[in-house]
Amino acid sequence: MRAAVLPAAVRETRTTRLALIWLTLGLLGLFLLLPLVVVFTEALARGFAPVAAALTEPDTVAAIQLTLLVAAVSVPLNTVCGMAAAWCIGRFRFRGRSLLITLIELPFSVSPVISGLVWVLLFGANGWFGPVLDRLGLRIIFAVPGLILATVLVTFPFVARTLIPLMQQQGSAEEEAAITLGAGFWQMFWRITLPNVRWGLLYGVLLCNARAMGEFGAVAVVSGHVRGQTMTMPLQVEALFNDYDWIGAFTIAGLLSLLALLTLAVKAVLEWRIGERTGALL
Amino acid sequence: MADRGTDGGAAVTVELRGVRKSFDGVIALDDISMTIADGEFLALLGPSGSGKTTLLRALAGLEFVDTGDIVVAGRSMAEVPARQRGVGFVFQHYALFRHMTVARNVAFGLEVAPRGRRLPAKEIRKRVQALLDLMEIGDLGGRYPEQISGGQRQRVALARALAIEPSLLLLDEPFGALDAKVRKTLRVWLRQMHDRLGLTSIFVTHDQAEAMEMADRIAVMQAGKVVQVNTPQRLIAEPANAFVREFLNEGRPTEQSIG
Repeated sequence: MRAAVLPAAVRETRTTRLALIWLTLGLLGLFLLLPLVVVFTEALARGFAPVAAALTEPDTVAAIQLTLLVAAVSVPLNTVCGMAAAWCIGRFRFRGRSLLITLIELPFSVSPVISGLVWVLLFGANGWFGPVLDRLGLRIIFAVPGLILATVLVTFPFVARTLIPLMQQQGSAEEEAAITLGAGFWQMFWRITLPNVRWGLLYGVLLCNARAMGEFGAVAVVSGHVRGQTMTMPLQVEALFNDYDWIGAFTIAGLLSLLALLTLAVKAVLEWRIGERTGALL
Repeated sequence: MADRGTDGGAAVTVELRGVRKSFDGVIALDDISMTIADGEFLALLGPSGSGKTTLLRALAGLEFVDTGDIVVAGRSMAEVPARQRGVGFVFQHYALFRHMTVARNVAFGLEVAPRGRRLPAKEIRKRVQALLDLMEIGDLGGRYPEQISGGQRQRVALARALAIEPSLLLLDEPFGALDAKVRKTLRVWLRQMHDRLGLTSIFVTHDQAEAMEMADRIAVMQAGKVVQVNTPQRLIAEPANAFVREFLNEGRPTEQSIG
């Protein structure tokens, strides 16, 4: 019906339309769905017992623990810093503001390998601070601190990037109202600022966490690949894969995929909530 | 300067002494001095960009002044932060807390009071309900700001500002976001509320008719200066310059109601 009012040039036949839809679905299935299916079928190729065995393997357990530790440090750190950065950028006009925005987005535009490499150049044995750290007996590169630094750098933009547009759109009138009513800074923050961005913040934290657990490139550079000590889950997947331990590799890959699916599900719910809130405000 | 002094003996509440403010070299307030009497209802009238909102924000402590002093009830406000001024402020678009119910909005100022001065929860609830009743929106306490009309939001904003029992009430374009009919009723109502509560009120408007109808005195602002302060009648009779005369004349047709 509607096609009739469109000019002939944009009108498609039924066949073209169906072909386009099937092409899209086909590509989606090939590139998104199929890998996911492969991960789980490969992991479960010989039933649940090998999977359970792979999951209790000490190096794998260590990798899972290390990944959780890295996420547990970098996600809260980036949440607090991202929130602070977004608040400053959203609320104040100051010199260097646009430079700050660019800097925050930098990790998105730079290859993760570089994000890992900068820490090696700074803290590695031949890096700027390498000799100093060596004398103090501190190890950053090829150790847990390096993994955390690399992850923090790569995942920094997520929270800030989600909150900046949200805070700019909301403006500062509510915060000012709170102040004139006698609220102190922290009363304003906990009662007004934070509740107003809570869904957006949760969304940013979620993406930040997914990336923190899944990051490969930056982490690979600073890890040193010491099994059972500096291997995060994605690195462990690669190591097991190179050992021809298919079940082990796909089991951890499956675990990471489950995390991704869970993230997607929560993200969908959050998007729906945010959409509902902003929709109601318009 | 005060023409209102005829009824005599009214204590001076707000005094502006040579207030100046500029933003990145652009002058927003240019040497403003005037006195606003206790109980007075003053309109800051001027075209957009004349500095009236900046002056109101400076009074509330939301902007720092560069030089000059603001004295409220004999006390210099220079070192007093906004949160301690105890000034009621009604924002242009109300700035109601969107994630709180109407009742929680109104209770906010009472709930954030320092522990020693904070009322017990039961007392706060009672006070909030009394305020909502006073604003004639007693049954809206459980609603969220997005669920009520513009005129109702205006009343909630006023109730919230009044909850902290301010002696000075500042209103930034309080009727700007309302349609003409609601605006008319609310004008009368707000003026009655001011008289009844014995407040000193300063409100910003660019609407001449509104200023004429509501205010005891009008301060006409132009390019960061207060050009003239006087009662509506005297401003009409003796405009200080061509700008004041022309600006006020735009509002003449609806001005019968001031009698």
